[in-house]
Order: sequence, then structure tokens, then C-alpha cells
Amino acid sequence: MSRIDAWRAATETKMRSPKSWWRFAAPKEFFWLTGKLVPGFGWAAALLAVVGLYAAFFVAPSDFRQGEVYRVIYIHVPAAWMSMIIYLAMAFWGIVGLTLNTRVSFILAHALAPTGALWCFVALWTGALWGKPTWGTYWAWDARMTSQLLLMFLYLGYIALVHSIEDPRRADRAGAILAIVGSLNVPIIYFSVQWWNTLHQGASVSLTKAPSMATVMLVTMLIMTFAAWSYSIAVALARARTMVLLREAHTDWAQKAAAAMIAKREAE
Amino acid sequence: MEWGSWSAFWAMGGKAPFVWGSYFVTGALIAFEVLQLLLWSRRVAARVAAAAQWNAVDEASEPAKEPE
Amino acid sequence: MIALFLAVLRREALLAWRSRADTLVALTFFVIVATLFPFGVGTDERLLRTVAPGILWVTALLAVLLTLPRLFEHDWRDGTLEQLLLSAEPAPVWLGAKLLAHWVTTAVPLAALAPLLALLYDVEPVVYGWLPVTLLLGTPMLTLIGAVGAALTLGLRASGLLLALLVLPLFVPVLIFGVDAVASARAGAPFAAQLALLAGGSLAATALAPWGCAAALRLAVE
Repeated sequence: MSRIDAWRAATETKMRSPKSWWRFAAPKEFFWLTGKLVPGFGWAAALLAVVGLYAAFFVAPSDFRQGEVYRVIYIHVPAAWMSMIIYLAMAFWGIVGLTLNTRVSFILAHALAPTGALWCFVALWTGALWGKPTWGTYWAWDARMTSQLLLMFLYLGYIALVHSIEDPRRADRAGAILAIVGSLNVPIIYFSVQWWNTLHQGASVSLTKAPSMATVMLVTMLIMTFAAWSYSIAVALARARTMVLLREAHTDWAQKAAAAMIAKREAE
Repeated sequence: MEWGSWSAFWAMGGKAPFVWGSYFVTGALIAFEVLQLLLWSRRVAARVAAAAQWNAVDEASEPAKEPE
Repeated sequence: MIALFLAVLRREALLAWRSRADTLVALTFFVIVATLFPFGVGTDERLLRTVAPGILWVTALLAVLLTLPRLFEHDWRDGTLEQLLLSAEPAPVWLGAKLLAHWVTTAVPLAALAPLLALLYDVEPVVYGWLPVTLLLGTPMLTLIGAVGAALTLGLRASGLLLALLVLPLFVPVLIFGVDAVASARAGAPFAAQLALLAGGSLAATALAPWGCAAALRLAVE
């Protein structure tokens, strides 16, 4: 226990030191930093999305087996990846928050949740629309689709829990515990669903034997993935920034920053 | 990828509802999230700035706490 | 440490005996829901035999879920929980006793009742034996994961619904391996692996869940 306390004390010191990266764990510094980062990631996301969409529709060829409908892959796969990565990121920030007592870490975890849920829904939705013309069904109890659905439930549970706790301190920590328990379970769920799926092979469709992708398709998918990644960072940081402002509403710097934001908008 | 014509592009080889259904719903969700975030952050900024004014009023008008 | 464990165990057993009506409600729920299914899916004997392991497992799982909200509710209201959290002993000691008592008074009766309900589905003899065994091996995981959920939602509005939302997705692996063990036994296939996974999962949950549960309870009483 004392080692963690020492660690926390060291973090506190680092947070106050003007040269350390740790200073961004202080709400005021975090607010300033995200003010610089959000537009950057936002523009990067827009640019990558334009390039990626152009490549997806005008550079990448038709698939020789699926025709044009395979183009759903350029949002489906990045969305599925993002939904998984964001859940792990939430658990990561939960662990950081619980061990180091940094409030901004919890806020980051909260801020990631809606975006992760959005990607999770997009992955399910596009999976269903892709499944109908290729497999003849909107939904198959395929291992990946089922795991994705359960991940959606985990996101909804996290959001519901955090929203129904009024005390922010408890909401932060309870959310972190749930995200950690959930992320420990994600691989178990995937393994069990895979096990279950191989037993009930009748209706299911094997996705694993996908033909190797052409390089141009792979590159396009990577561009779209980076676009989704930049977008998620931009949106999560913007949301976290607003949450910080709201939580620090009683402080002098937050009130000045809010007034500055309004003045800047009116000047434009 | 040569589409030949815009109508061929929009038809997506006869799979238009599936392809565009995926892309437009994703786009709409993203647009909704960005818009909602923008409006919410403005509301929060307005509220926090208003809190500052209230504090200033409090400090000006209340030199001492009223006895209960 | 052992004294505290035994004291809490004795107290919980006594409380469970005094509020035995609660246990009976969960058992009655198990019986009623299990009898609802034939009304829904029809009385084709072959179909009922096929779905019996799944139905009885899902119904037992829901019955366990039903008992979870009152796991800490009473102790939280009368301040016992705060006293226990303040005690010098590590929380997993008394939590272990509490959860063991809860499991024995809720899950074990469900497992004992399961073969009787299986009778209604006219299952093969092998199912009568293995269904309760899988329930006994798997339900510790349900109680332990459920306890973390109960601690997280303690004292919140609509906590029962929220608890269901939090823990049901996490119950899926337990359900899969539990049902699969019974289904494999029916089909004459080997099922030692499923039993080992259930037992291993319950052991892992025993080692990990009390810590998460204790952390969540500390938040609830702050």
C-alpha cells in the first residue's frame, strides 16, 4: 500500500513541475493541452477520411467474388477495431486513475465511452448490411458478431452505471472497476463464443477464410482506420475537455477559460 | 476504379441499399455526435461563465454571511 | 482471521434461515419460469429434451440474478457494512464468508432442485446427474461476478435493472460452458474440458472478484 502512496506523492510532485509530461494530469493544464490537440486531430481525421473515402470508392477495385458490396469493409473493420481498442483504453485509464488518483484519467475513460459505443453500433449495423447480400442473412450467430453484440452491452452497462451515480467520485471509480472487470472478460467472452460457435456450425458462416486482400484494399482500410482513430481521439478529448470545464466550474481558471471561449466565438 | 457514369456509381452494382445504408448511417451518427458535442460544450461554457458572474455578484453584495 | 470468517459465516447462515422466505421466492421463480417454457415452445418431447439443459441453465441464472440485489442491501442500510469495512482484517475474508453463505443458501438449493425440474422435460438419465454438477461448478462464478455488480449498484435508483444490465453479458461464458457440458453428456461426447473450465473459472473468480467487490463497496459507503 505504501508503495502506491509513494507513487501517488511522486505523481503529485510531477504534476506540479512545469517541465514534466505529468503536468497534463492537472485539470488546468489538460484543458490547455486539449485545446491545442482537438483541432489537430479533428483536421487529421477529416483529411484522412476524405483520402480514405476517395480510395475506397475510386481507387480500390471491385472484389472479384463479392462485387461492390465488399466496400462496406472500409468502415466495418475500422469500426470493429476501434470499438475494441476504445474499451481497452477505458480500462487502461481506469487503472491509471485508481492507482495514481488522477481525476483527468477517469474523465478520459468517461469521454471515450460514447464514441466506443458508436463504433460498436456501426460495426454491428454495417455487419448486418454486409451480411444480407453476402450470406443471405442480416444476423448470423457468428463468433465475431456475437462478441461484438456483447461488447455493445458492456458499453451500455458502463454508460448506464456512470450516469446513474450522482457523486462524481463514486461514478469515476465504479466506472473504472466495471471497465476493468469487463476488459478481463472480453477475451473470455470471445473464447467462449468461439467455442460455442464451432459446436453449432449449422447456420453460421466462416469469416476466417477470407481471401487475401489486395494491397490497395489493405492500404485503404488502414487509411480509414487512422481516420477513425484520429476522429475518436479528437471527439474523446473534446468531450473530456468540456467535462473538465464542468467539474472545475467553481475555480477561477475555468470561469476565465469559459468566458474566453465565449468571447472568441462572438468575435468570429 | 472506373465507374463509367454517376448512376453506375450510385447503383453500386445493384447493392446500393447495403453500401449506402452503411456509409450514410455511419456519417449521420458521426455528424450527430459532433453536433451534439459542439452544442453541449457551448452550453457548458455559457453556464460556467455565468457562474463566474454569480460569484462576482456574491462577492460584491455579500460582505459577510447572513446569520441563519 | 479465521474467527472473523466463521463469525460472519454463522451470522449469514442465521440471517438466511430467518429470511428463508427470500430463498423460497428464488426457488419458486426457478420452478415457475421453467414450467412456462413448454407453454411457449410446445410439448414436443424431442424438442423439450433438446432444450432442457439450456432452459434450466438460463432459468437458474436468472434466479441467481434475482437474489443478488439483497446481497449487501440489508447490511448497507443498517450500517453493518461500514463496520465490516472498517475492521482491521482484509475485506476478502468476511466477503468470502458472506458470498459462501449466499451461494450455499441460493445456488445450492437451485442445483438440488434442477433434477426435479428436469423431470418435467423427460430428459435422459445422464442429464439428471450432470445438470446439478454443472450448476454447482458454474454458479460460484455467477455469485462472485454478480457480487461485484451488486456492490457497484448498491443504493442506486433502479439498481436491480442496472445490475442485470451490468452482469448478464458477463454471465454468457458460464452459460455456454455449463449448457455445453450437459449437452455433450447427452450426446455421449467427452465433456471433461467444459467441467474443468467451469471449475477453473470459479476458482479464478474466487481469487479476483472479492477484491473488486471490496473496492466497489468502499465507494458505496463513502
